Amino acid sequence: MSASELKRIYFDHSATTRVLPEVEEAMRPFFLEKWGNASSIHSFGREARAAIEQARKQVANLLNADPAEVVFTSGGTESDNLAVKGVAMYKGKMKGHLITTKVEHHAVSEPCEWLKRFGFEVTYLPVSSEGFVDPGEVERAIRNDTILISVMMANNEIGTIQPVREIGMIAHEKGIPFHTDAVQSIGKMHVDVKAENIDLLSLSAHKFHGPKGIGALFVKKGTKIEPIIQGGGQERGLRSSTENVPGIVGLGKAAEIAKRDLEHTCARMKNLRDKMIKHVPELVPRAYVNGNKTRRLVNNAHFRFDFIEGEGLILQLDMKGIAASTGSACSTGSLEPSHVLLALGLTHEQAHGSLRVTLGRENTEEEVDILLEVLPGIVSKLREISPFSAERPMGPGEGASCVQ
Amino acid sequence: MYSDKVMEHFANPRNVGEIVDADGIGKVGNPQCGDVMWLYIKVKDNIITDIKFKTFGCGAAIATSSMITELARGKTIEEAKKISRSDVADQLGGLPAVKMHCSNLAADALKEAIKDYEAKQAAKGKPA
Repeated sequence: MSASELKRIYFDHSATTRVLPEVEEAMRPFFLEKWGNASSIHSFGREARAAIEQARKQVANLLNADPAEVVFTSGGTESDNLAVKGVAMYKGKMKGHLITTKVEHHAVSEPCEWLKRFGFEVTYLPVSSEGFVDPGEVERAIRNDTILISVMMANNEIGTIQPVREIGMIAHEKGIPFHTDAVQSIGKMHVDVKAENIDLLSLSAHKFHGPKGIGALFVKKGTKIEPIIQGGGQERGLRSSTENVPGIVGLGKAAEIAKRDLEHTCARMKNLRDKMIKHVPELVPRAYVNGNKTRRLVNNAHFRFDFIEGEGLILQLDMKGIAASTGSACSTGSLEPSHVLLALGLTHEQAHGSLRVTLGRENTEEEVDILLEVLPGIVSKLREISPFSAERPMGPGEGASCVQ
Repeated sequence: MYSDKVMEHFANPRNVGEIVDADGIGKVGNPQCGDVMWLYIKVKDNIITDIKFKTFGCGAAIATSSMITELARGKTIEEAKKISRSDVADQLGGLPAVKMHCSNLAADALKEAIKDYEAKQAAKGKPA
C-alpha cells in the first residue's frame, strides 16, 4: 500500500501548519478584488490600507500590544534578523555585546554570528539538561556595553518554555532591550508583551494556521531600532517594501483565531501531548523524553531511543502515513546532530536517535493512538538492523562520536 | 529526496543479521555522521556464499548496506573487491549529495571484511 492510499496523519506542526479555511476565506478578496497598493491615495489603495490596519489591530490584540507597535515582515526569520541587527546597528554604532543562548533558532544565532564579523561580541548562555536558561546566568553575563538580550520564548525542538518574564525584568532593570523569538509559542500559550517585559517579539503566521511568507515583529514604543531593509519607508520606515496585503490579512485572521480559541485548543493538545509523554516510554524500552515534562509547549513531545537513528524512524513512520520529524539533522540536509540536543548534554549518538512529534489543533486522540500502536514495532524493527543493543551498547570510538 | 530504490531497500532490507561462524568481518564507522556498519561474509571456494549486515544509521546507510549484500553474494573475492562506493550508489538510483560521503559505507565495509578473511586465511597458512 502506498502512502497516498493511507489516511495521512500530520504530527509536524512546528514545521508548518495548515491554513485554516476561515483564514483562506479572509485572504481571498485581496487577490482578485481588493488588489491595490496600500500606499496609494485612491480607493484601491485605501481598501488595502484599511485591511492592513485591521490586521495590525488583530495582531496587537493577540499580544496585548498597541497596533503602532506591530511591524509586518516576511516571517519569523526576518523578524529575528530585524530585531538582532536593527538594535545592534542602531545609528551605525558598530560595537557592543549581545547575550543569547545556545538553543536559539538559527534565525537568531546566525545574525549574531554575522555581527561578530563587524566587531560585536556575543555570549551564548548554556542551558540545563532540560533546556532551561537560568535568569541568574543572564544577569551575570550583562556587561556595561550589553546592547541586547535575546532569549526564545519556547524552544522549537524540545518545547522547553523559558523564564522570559524574569529575564525581561532583569533586562529592564539594566535598561537593555529584550527580544524573544515567540515563533513556536503563538497559539500554544498565552503571550502578553507587557506582563512578560518584552521589547521585541518575533512571530510567524504559518506556525499558527496562517499563510507562509508573512510574520511580524513587535517593537515596543521607544525601542531604539534601525531598519535593515531600506526603500519606500513602509511600516513606519522599519520595513520598506510594498505590503503583502493578502498575507497580512491572513496573519491578522490567524491571530484573531489563535486568541479566540487558545484555551480549548491548548487543553486539547496538552491532553494528547501528555498521553504520548506518558505512554511512549512505557511502550518502548529504552525510550526517554527530552526536555521538561510539564514546562514545555502544549503541542510538543520529543523522545529519544537508544541504539537507533532518528531518520530511519521518520521514514518508517512516513511509510505508515505519519509525518513527524527528528532531532537528527541528518534528515534535514546537514549531517551534524541538533545543536539544541547537544546543548542539553546528550552525546552525538543519543542526539541522533530523536523523534519530535508536534501537535496541531486539528489532531485527534485516534491519531495519537495510531502512533502509539505503530511506534513500538518500528523501533524494534530498526533495532533488529542495529548492531547495538542493551547487551552490546555502542562503545567509545565506534563511530558515532561525531567529533568535528 | 531518496530514490524509490533506496526506499525499497530501506523498507525491506535484505540479509540483515550476523553470521556466527563468519569467515570475514568488516566493521566501519563514519565519525562525521555517526553511521556504523558491521558486515559478515562466508566464503567457500573463493566465492562469497553468504553475507549479512547490521547497521546503525540513516535510511541511506541501511539501503546501501542492503544493496552491497545483493551485489557481493555469489561473487568471487576478486570480483567483490572491485565493487566501489559509486557502484552501490548507482545501483540504488543515486543518493542525495549530502549522503554520498557519509552514509555510503557499504563498499568500505565489504573491503574490510575481505581483508579480514584474507588475513585469517594467511594465518591458517593457506593462500589467500
